[in-house]
Amino acid sequence: MKRILSLLLPAAFLLATPAMAQQTLTAVKARGSLTCGVSQGLVGFSNPDEKGAWTGLDVDYCKAFAAAIFGDASKIKYIPLSAKDRFTALQSGEIDVLTRNSTLTMSRDTTLGLDFPVTNYYDGQGFLVRKSLNIKSAKELNGASICTQTGTTTELNAADFFRANNLKYEIVVFVTNDDVIKAYDAGRCDAYTTDSSGLYAERLKLTNPDDHMILPEIISKEPLSVAVRQGDNQWADIVRWTHAALLTAEELDVTTANVEEKMKSSDNPDIKRLLGAEGNYGEGVGLSKEWAVNVIKAVGNYGEMFERNLGKDTRMNIQRGLNAQWNKGGLQYAAPIR
Amino acid sequence: MPERIRWRDLIWQAAVLLLVGFVIYEASTNAYDNLQRQNIAGGWGFLNNVAGFALSQTLIPYSELSTYGRAFVVGLLNTLMVAAIGIVLATLLGFIVGIARLSQNWLFSKIALCYVEFIRNVPLVLQLMFWYSAVLVPLPGPRDSIRLLDMFFLNNRGLFVPYAVFGENFVFVVAAFLVALAAVITLYLYARRRQEKAGDIIPLTIPALVILVSLPLCAYFVTGGPVTWVFPELRGFNFSGGSRVIPEFVALLLGLVLYTAAFIAEIVRAGIQAVPRGQTEAALALGVSRRKTTSLVVVPQALRIIIPPLTSQYLNLIKNSSLAVAVGYPEFVTVAGTINNQTGQALEVIAITMAVYLFLSLSTSAFMNWYNARIALVER
Repeated sequence: MKRILSLLLPAAFLLATPAMAQQTLTAVKARGSLTCGVSQGLVGFSNPDEKGAWTGLDVDYCKAFAAAIFGDASKIKYIPLSAKDRFTALQSGEIDVLTRNSTLTMSRDTTLGLDFPVTNYYDGQGFLVRKSLNIKSAKELNGASICTQTGTTTELNAADFFRANNLKYEIVVFVTNDDVIKAYDAGRCDAYTTDSSGLYAERLKLTNPDDHMILPEIISKEPLSVAVRQGDNQWADIVRWTHAALLTAEELDVTTANVEEKMKSSDNPDIKRLLGAEGNYGEGVGLSKEWAVNVIKAVGNYGEMFERNLGKDTRMNIQRGLNAQWNKGGLQYAAPIR
Repeated sequence: MPERIRWRDLIWQAAVLLLVGFVIYEASTNAYDNLQRQNIAGGWGFLNNVAGFALSQTLIPYSELSTYGRAFVVGLLNTLMVAAIGIVLATLLGFIVGIARLSQNWLFSKIALCYVEFIRNVPLVLQLMFWYSAVLVPLPGPRDSIRLLDMFFLNNRGLFVPYAVFGENFVFVVAAFLVALAAVITLYLYARRRQEKAGDIIPLTIPALVILVSLPLCAYFVTGGPVTWVFPELRGFNFSGGSRVIPEFVALLLGLVLYTAAFIAEIVRAGIQAVPRGQTEAALALGVSRRKTTSLVVVPQALRIIIPPLTSQYLNLIKNSSLAVAVGYPEFVTVAGTINNQTGQALEVIAITMAVYLFLSLSTSAFMNWYNARIALVER
């Protein structure tokens, strides 16, 4: 499948004319479903559960977009993509939006023909090692073998880190994350490196998760962002303002449970604007007046999404940290909806 | 009217050529326009940019600061290495198994049969995963390596062997070897002329071996042993010093050799069986020994049947090496995939990949066709 995909996508460039700018929303509405690119399985972000239903923070973003467009979060087709195939799939029109823990970098933004309107998770790269190695810092990894996934910023950051600290290392790379984690678990590598959220998630897949620990160093900035094709500003706006609505809802304490009630009875002008009781902000991005209500009903606010997928009641047990609201010491900051 | 027919043929050919040219032109300009419109970077300039990633096996100096172009070359050399070693080993094993299939010995022929049927009916990618995930990676870690004489170490980081450092005086050893080689060749030529003239055969195998071994060995000791060995040593996480073969390479080589050898074995068996029995019988009736019948009568005729399908197997092996993606060996397609992802220039990367494989396959074909023509039956 991957092989076929990577061959067919360039063929699409040779023969087809690509979807014109400004047409993604029209195309999605006509098709009746949203096509989201997700990972091949990363717990907490995009991962199929026991019943085969996709769950995770990135998946919830995809659901939020579908709810904003259709008022129905189930009208989605998920396409699992390897790190290697993800951007090509978006460029060629195979998917409408990429919600797949992808780091925004300048070169990706400027040379791939893509836009990254919002960062839905601020991450940084770390190292997972066996406790039996008895090391306290990544700087003690001289001469180590490092497993990671190919075609990622992780691969480049690791190279930078070891070069900058004058450490010898051997990089062992695979296309799928499952192969990486299998090789690390079997002892092919001394350390496994990826975004630290990924370390929490992948550690759970190891034979004995408690025999492994995450080193304190965070060696990079990884703003995991939602990507769309460049040139369709309306589509980018839908992504940008859906994210803003999710954050604003958390700030105003609007939740799945109380959204109906607040829409009817709240006197707070911010809440009234968010929920369409005052003004019609959805219209500006080609959506209905109740777009934000539909989003919050389907997936809750950003805080609810975070707690459900990554928070302290999940096996991931990740602190909000950089992803707390701006007024609580984090970086998540929504422009006002007005 | 043969003139007219030739003209019509030419017009058709020209029309088809024009059509193909037009399609290529349209496809490339269309692709170029589409990429421009979508603001996707194009062109070949990226080959000179710094790659930034490391590779686990490099036959030429390569670091994170090298260019994408150099990374392509590293990948290509890794492919060539596994393909070249793979072709030699698969041919050897294939011939042995193919001949064993025809052996009078029941056990030999049945073992060979089982090998062929089992190996060629299981997908190669599964076999690669088996060798890598089930055999090589579960080996003990560096600290509990399987060791031989404290010189050879096998663990899940690879096979570590002593590394030879050649001193200045080593030239004399090489010179001695060349002299020995020249002497052996002269001996052979003399023996052949003698046989053609007088008809008697001088057995040369053992004297040749003695000369080839003893002369360089003498030179080695006379010059005071100009070779020092660097032994692998456990330092920190891993061994340093010595040479190392990475497990990804071993897994790929094992998979390719065993798989291709099964097919080659069948080709060899078919080739030998296709030589009419009468040829063997005639040779034996003339009093030629069994061994000579095989080497001088059967094999030369069988080779003519074997070479063309053998070429296909070589091409398969080269192309199958791209399955290394499954075991993380940094051969050409793996490296190209990484470059594709880091630069986003899918069209250029795939064009390079196709051109490289086309070149490798066509060169192999050309060589094998030349060899085939050389051994073809010359009718007098």
